[in-house]
Amino acid sequence: MEEHNQKTVIKVKELVTHYGSRKILDGVNLDVKKNEIMVIMGGSGSGKSTLLRHVLGLNSATSGSIEILGTEITTANQKKLYQLRRNMGVAFQGGALFGSMTVGENVELPLREHTNLDEKTMRIMVRMKLEVMNLAGVEALMPSELSGGMVKRAALARAVIMDPTLLFFDEPSAGLDPVVSAELDELIILLRNAMNMTIVVVTHELESAFKIADRITILDEGKIIITDTVENIRNSNLTQVQDMLNRRPRQKELDTEAYLDRLTGDRLQ
Amino acid sequence: MKCEISTRGIYTVIALQGEVDLHYSPQAREPILTCLKKKQNVLVDLSAVTYIDSSGVASLVEGYQEAKSSGVKFGLVGVSKAALQVLQLARLDKVFSIYDSVENLLAN
Repeated sequence: MEEHNQKTVIKVKELVTHYGSRKILDGVNLDVKKNEIMVIMGGSGSGKSTLLRHVLGLNSATSGSIEILGTEITTANQKKLYQLRRNMGVAFQGGALFGSMTVGENVELPLREHTNLDEKTMRIMVRMKLEVMNLAGVEALMPSELSGGMVKRAALARAVIMDPTLLFFDEPSAGLDPVVSAELDELIILLRNAMNMTIVVVTHELESAFKIADRITILDEGKIIITDTVENIRNSNLTQVQDMLNRRPRQKELDTEAYLDRLTGDRLQ
Repeated sequence: MKCEISTRGIYTVIALQGEVDLHYSPQAREPILTCLKKKQNVLVDLSAVTYIDSSGVASLVEGYQEAKSSGVKFGLVGVSKAALQVLQLARLDKVFSIYDSVENLLAN
């Protein structure tokens, strides 16, 4: 990232959310700057995917605010959210490609929904994006005919087909071998550099995070424990950070009374 | 986005200005294809383009293809660093004829 003091394009303030009575996000604050790659990390159940869903406007929060490109999305109406989503590309963890459509049709879908471009222009755009993702020639294939890595790259092609200002990528490395995973990391950096995108990646893969991130934020039990540069994260003295970097299982203190209650209580938890 | 058309030597120069994005790229595509279909040699001047997205680049690709089938010349001039990065991403910088300026091209 060359520039400093960039504009904030995502601003999350005091975000709290519950699933039933369980608090999933507990006062989350996060700023993402223009043109940076922000990696959100954390163990399973830390709240990282929930945070992403809130930033995408897919979940409603208990309290707090989320500002995306200057729009407060927790109170925005559907029309405003629709306009905003033209500037946001999302590659979901499983790809979320439509199984009944070809890869080309999947990638083209946002253009058909949001633009009135000529058929030929759209076809060239789809093929250009597939070329960038090293997926030349798979346009007519069905998603079921692709490997796991190809599905991720096709999902990424669809996410960037409109040249969004913001790109969100949920678990790019999940289920992929290290080589394919490294290729995706390279693609993410290439997109940021060539297309000036701001990219938010949710992952639990340390190696990938260190390679692509300008800054990393680490969530633990719904709270952000640190947001900093890769170097400062590596040098952090925080126990939770070191546990994560060194892959140490977390040692939680046992509340014996609560534990006994859980084992012997009448109510289902 | 603005579009100005002029004649320089054997070329019709289509100078685009401002942002060539999803909204405006059809306005760039139309004159490019129209001139090429009239068998004119076309140079697209991008020196005043502040932003070009994939739809703008796709219009240039269409122009390139049309020029090939019409047997006329097609090139880009004044490609900014930002525009070049978008072309490079799709390796189209290897496909298009890219010149510094109309003056240099005509002088050579």
